[in-house]
Amino acid sequence: MRDVAIIGVKTTRFGEMWGRSFRDIIVEAGVGALEDSGVSGDDIGSMFVGNMSGGQFVEQEHIGALIADYSGLSEGFHVPSTRVEAACASGGLALRQGISAVASGQDDIVVAAGVEKMTDVSSGSASTALAAAADREWEGMMGATFPALYAMIARMHMHRYGTTSEQLAQVAVKNHHNGAMNPIAQYRTPITVETVLNSIMVADPLHIFDCSPITDGAAAVILAPADIAHEYTDTPIYIRGSGQASDTLALHDRRDITTLDATVFAARRAFDMAGMTVDDIDLVEVHDCFTIAEICAIEDIGFAAKGEGGKLTEEGETAIGGKIPVNTSGGLKSCGHPVGATGIKQVVEITHQLRGEAGKRQVDGAEVGMAHNVGGSGATAVVHILSRER
Amino acid sequence: MSVGIVSYGAYIPKYRIKVEDIARVWGDDADILIAGLMVNEKSVPDMDEDAATIAVEAARAAVSRSGLDVNRIEAVYTGSESHPYAVKPTSTIVAEAIGATPVMTAADFEFACKAGTAAMQACMGLVSSNMVDLGLAIGSDVSQGAPGDALEYTAAAGGVAYIIGNKESELVAVIEDTYSFTTDTPDFWRREGMPYPEHGGRFTGEPGYFKHVLGAAKGLMEKLGTSPSDYDNAVFHQPNGKFPRRVAKMLGFSREHIKPGMVVSRLGNTYSGSCMMGLAATLDQAKSGDRIFMTAFGSGAGGDAFSIRVTDRIDEVRDQAPKVEELLEDPVYMDYAMYAKHKGKIRRA
Amino acid sequence: MSVARSWRHQVQRYNLIGTSCNSCGKYFYPPRTMCPGCRRDGEIVSYKFKGTGEIVTYTVIHTAAEGFEHQTPYVLGIVKLDEGPSLTSQIIVDPTDIYMGMRVRPVFRKLGDSGEKGIICYGTKFVPE
Repeated sequence: MRDVAIIGVKTTRFGEMWGRSFRDIIVEAGVGALEDSGVSGDDIGSMFVGNMSGGQFVEQEHIGALIADYSGLSEGFHVPSTRVEAACASGGLALRQGISAVASGQDDIVVAAGVEKMTDVSSGSASTALAAAADREWEGMMGATFPALYAMIARMHMHRYGTTSEQLAQVAVKNHHNGAMNPIAQYRTPITVETVLNSIMVADPLHIFDCSPITDGAAAVILAPADIAHEYTDTPIYIRGSGQASDTLALHDRRDITTLDATVFAARRAFDMAGMTVDDIDLVEVHDCFTIAEICAIEDIGFAAKGEGGKLTEEGETAIGGKIPVNTSGGLKSCGHPVGATGIKQVVEITHQLRGEAGKRQVDGAEVGMAHNVGGSGATAVVHILSRER
Repeated sequence: MSVGIVSYGAYIPKYRIKVEDIARVWGDDADILIAGLMVNEKSVPDMDEDAATIAVEAARAAVSRSGLDVNRIEAVYTGSESHPYAVKPTSTIVAEAIGATPVMTAADFEFACKAGTAAMQACMGLVSSNMVDLGLAIGSDVSQGAPGDALEYTAAAGGVAYIIGNKESELVAVIEDTYSFTTDTPDFWRREGMPYPEHGGRFTGEPGYFKHVLGAAKGLMEKLGTSPSDYDNAVFHQPNGKFPRRVAKMLGFSREHIKPGMVVSRLGNTYSGSCMMGLAATLDQAKSGDRIFMTAFGSGAGGDAFSIRVTDRIDEVRDQAPKVEELLEDPVYMDYAMYAKHKGKIRRA
Repeated sequence: MSVARSWRHQVQRYNLIGTSCNSCGKYFYPPRTMCPGCRRDGEIVSYKFKGTGEIVTYTVIHTAAEGFEHQTPYVLGIVKLDEGPSLTSQIIVDPTDIYMGMRVRPVFRKLGDSGEKGIICYGTKFVPE
């Protein structure tokens, strides 16, 4: 297997892009990443695009072909283009597919991208589309929503470990603080714990400010064999570990409601591949679709002992400058969560950080970063470890 | 061969609205209404309850009260004027939900407030002829009263199920005989596609209720050669508290006769379940050997009279399912706005 | 939801009929056709659950799923059935009364419908025992 490097990245602005279509934003991300890398259309071996639900959000399937077409990579090039789906983990999975294609020697230059256009439907329809990431027949039909599933995780976490609503709120406060420094973020407004606690309840104990928003956005990275990465960029970022794991589709079937075993196993596999431990990680982008999800993630990856995630957050150790900066991009909470794009955006943020070009959000001396992307209530998790050093 | 009741079960939703809360909305005098109707409050279904779910709960209570093998139930008839579907049987839902399918027959009945007793009579015929082993007859309604209409003060939700059989040793009550009195009298109706029933106002009284209840009740006592003094208790259809009291008096039954079965003041009129609920409440406190006289009334119009004798098996099954009195306890009261939402009178746009 | 799709699992939803594995003795609700423990060595048979269980965790939903808007606030919980498996269900209870560990029993309720003209889907919800 060949080592793989990221040679170009691009994230569109995240937010409600009323004037821009699905194909507009994915083309912007793809072209931007290609420009960043300096590769041309002739070089591209294949494309993998993470997209959760074009069918429900814009009534469009056959996303791979659409993107190849509108990127100008169909006529003349006929680049193979594949859509990858694992709900909110679609982006992370698209990257993993791209890595496999390069590592195996099948292709040299591969585009791994993610896109979601969520605001072309009502918020009710968007929620229904998102709920398809849970078990439609045995959760959705009972009236479950995504916030409700994570609320049940939060309730159990609070009951068992004494995690508080204030600690959950601090996740949102910290992520909004980071997002305020990120030019592409959907919400660039700092908030306080009171903002969160005084906001309307969505699914008790989760307030609206505990939840990530509905977002339009796209992101793309260009992958190349590590051996030739320097031909395109002075600062290739190397893929050191890639792990993926599955768990039961429905939350009620889990071994433990408060642990995302998919995260545990995906992280373990990524660490094994990289030959690293949590101590080697300088910063991490975790899947904070809800505040409780960030707390579970930092515990399940191993940055905090089980039940200690809230405390670690409260102590400021997950802030920039803390022991392990979490979600410097603002996370899903503040930066936004265009579901199919999120997994790629996380990797773009880590790349910016490792290249030392994250501006005000820069984590000093960042050498190794991690991206953690979850599908559904934890049925899929994808973890990548990236570093400056090969 | 004896025919009678093998088991019974009742269900009443936990919500209530007080007559005074309805009267306040329409500017009516609550005291006069309560005195006139002799009804203080009525039951209201939850938002996910309808005549089918109530019928299932009542049927399950009847099955668990007797502990019988559900596969012996070979006929399921549900009487209601608020079947959730205009076309598609409620009874198949009930049969599936109690596990009695598929070797059985099922159909829905409609005869205003006496569809349930008509179902009982049909089951009596089927078990008498040995066409079926056991029959399940249900009266269940989430009755509709148009906003501001007089019916709104009483139209309630509830259901009762009776399992009818012909094996003497299994019967908690023998149905000694039944007698019906039926004419074409349009005192109350609902046209296809209309959400609320219409009625003839005071026309529902003498030419409707009283003529048919008296016709059936007198006919049965004449046929059996019985008189009110032969009965320990009596139950009459309860559209309000006044009509059953008056008709009982006209027939020569005392206040004590009808007392155990008078549930209307705290329940309202559960339409197809009304008279059957009164019978269930009476059975709940009956002793072996008690004789119960019952006459149901259905607008349209007809009366079904029954002469019932309680057996000693009542003591074995009585406590195996919730009694009507228990179902009436600890209600949750709601205001008119919540009631209107529960009944679909107001809907989120 | 299409008629066939809601009808297909009707009996399971009405009567809490799941499956169990004769090889390992585990119970499954929602029903599984392959035992995750024994896999191809498993022997799956139909099983009717007693229906009683307890609340593992719960939430009070204020922003409803589509089709459930009229019910807010409603309680959703994970119920662990006495035979072992857990399921997700609405819990018919005052939101201020529910607690983890609460004993519950099944009731027959409407789960939803496909609009005013569509089929009504019935099934099991839970109430305090």
